[in-house]
Amino acid sequence: MRKACINKVHELARNDPRVVFIGSDLSPGLLDEMKAEMPLRHYMEGIAEMNVVGMAAGMALDGYIPFVNTIATFLTRRCYEQVALDVCLHRLPVRLIANGGGVVYAPLGPTHLAVEDIAIMRALPNMTVVAVSDHEEMKRLMDVSLEWPDPIYIRLGKGGDPVVSDPDNGFTIGKGIMLREADKAQVLIVSTGVMTGRALTAAESLSPEGYECDVLHMHTIKPLDRKLLLQRASQVKTVITIEEHSVIGGLGSAVVDCLVEGPLSTIPIIRKIGLPDKFMENYGVQDDLLEIHGLQPKAIAQFIRETL
Amino acid sequence: MQYNTPDLDDRSKYLRSLVVRGLKGGNRGHVGSSMSPIEILRVLYDDVMHYDPQNPAMKKRDRCILSKGHGCLALYALLADKRYFPVEELDRFCHRDGILGGHPEQNKVPGVEASTGALGHGLSIGVGMALAARMDRRDSRVFVTMGDGEINEGSVWEAAMCAGKHKLSNLIAIIDYNKIQSAGLTRDIQDLEPLADKWTSFGFAVEEVDGHNIEALRAVFARTPFNLEKPTAIIAHTIKGKGIPFAEGDPKWHHHSRFAPEIFQKMNDALGVSNA
Repeated sequence: MRKACINKVHELARNDPRVVFIGSDLSPGLLDEMKAEMPLRHYMEGIAEMNVVGMAAGMALDGYIPFVNTIATFLTRRCYEQVALDVCLHRLPVRLIANGGGVVYAPLGPTHLAVEDIAIMRALPNMTVVAVSDHEEMKRLMDVSLEWPDPIYIRLGKGGDPVVSDPDNGFTIGKGIMLREADKAQVLIVSTGVMTGRALTAAESLSPEGYECDVLHMHTIKPLDRKLLLQRASQVKTVITIEEHSVIGGLGSAVVDCLVEGPLSTIPIIRKIGLPDKFMENYGVQDDLLEIHGLQPKAIAQFIRETL
Repeated sequence: MQYNTPDLDDRSKYLRSLVVRGLKGGNRGHVGSSMSPIEILRVLYDDVMHYDPQNPAMKKRDRCILSKGHGCLALYALLADKRYFPVEELDRFCHRDGILGGHPEQNKVPGVEASTGALGHGLSIGVGMALAARMDRRDSRVFVTMGDGEINEGSVWEAAMCAGKHKLSNLIAIIDYNKIQSAGLTRDIQDLEPLADKWTSFGFAVEEVDGHNIEALRAVFARTPFNLEKPTAIIAHTIKGKGIPFAEGDPKWHHHSRFAPEIFQKMNDALGVSNA
């Protein structure tokens, strides 16, 4: 997913002179081809997130579209004030490409786990928050990214995730995608990022048992596709949200906010599946932490059974 | 640093009276912080920068970022004087429907290049603008005025390293070195010395100047860039509250609100300006 995203920056830069890449001490040789081709628009800066975000804002104030890339935790926690004021207050088209959203960096521990990034990014006025499901969908996001006037937080998964998106659905920022539509669904699953793949697996496994689930892939957490969510939620008794993120402030909270704000006269039962409100205590790999916290398909299916 | 500073001339006094007008309009404001950078901004806008108040977005303009956003009344005084907006706006400083807030906002105030107020942001934004000028092959220059207390912020030094690395000779960092921050003297709260050495070691070409001496400021800006391969740092030695004798050098006048009614007349009397 990261490769698809980064390569797209180069491709976009070839076709649009406004596109700039800014990395903060990333892998050696990253986008060397772009650097050779357009040295003035490729920046590999030091470990200085506050500066790179401010610098990106300065470029954007003069008409550029900078794509800033580093590890998700450092791009959110470390330079939150720069993101809030330099980027969001000025409402600039800066793109923040965040490596390792969620628990991708499981072996590296809590310093490297971005489990509240969606919450703190979506709390900022003018910010757009996107978490695609796979590398193919990433390409579609990048293709439409230049037309979007506001800042975008692009949450990257680990990579190598199975492709569950469908090109026929297209990609519009702020528009959710129904990836599974069951006959007489009892449950609406709303998921984001790579959890959508796991949500689909869980839904498939429940179908033979008579539990029917729709799956709404909400790649854009902000602005939320309220219209689609309200329409689909009004047709079921239960809404389950699934995210690789703290249960505080992420997709689940966005869905709850939307449903309680109306205008539905009856609000369905809502349950949030996500990471608990604590620093991760285990290492291992991403799948281990997802398993420990009930975010693998089997546990998701079991949770839905019990909820019903 | 001891300087033989000439007395303030009529223009410097007039610009300060505009600051007083804003203080009166809002019945609040950063008094000392707005008086110390007046001559720096005056010389930039009168003698150094290329810009057009009728066309604030003119691509080839020079950019002025007041990174110490709390000193905004000084910037507002210059922008009003240059007719970016009517001078009467100063009477609505901090009013609920005014455009002039207690910190400057780029999307509200014509001529304001960047919204500042949280300290330590302006130099990075300036680095981005200086790089944008380089990418555009534009000869715009970027002037970033920072407070001395402000440069306690680590982000300033991240930006300084980056400016040095990129040899941004079109970037001019100016330190309004009035030696006083909110809590007291900078040498007691967070000593900055040796300040010139710090900027030099971060890759800047540095000069120090009397920040209230118009001729000295004109001369130092005329020499910029000091080095074609380096960004410039100008350490402007100033006096907090300059021009208002009872506020000069007194940390208590960093910020003030709910002024005694007679204070504005006293300030204008001190400036020798009749209309309070």
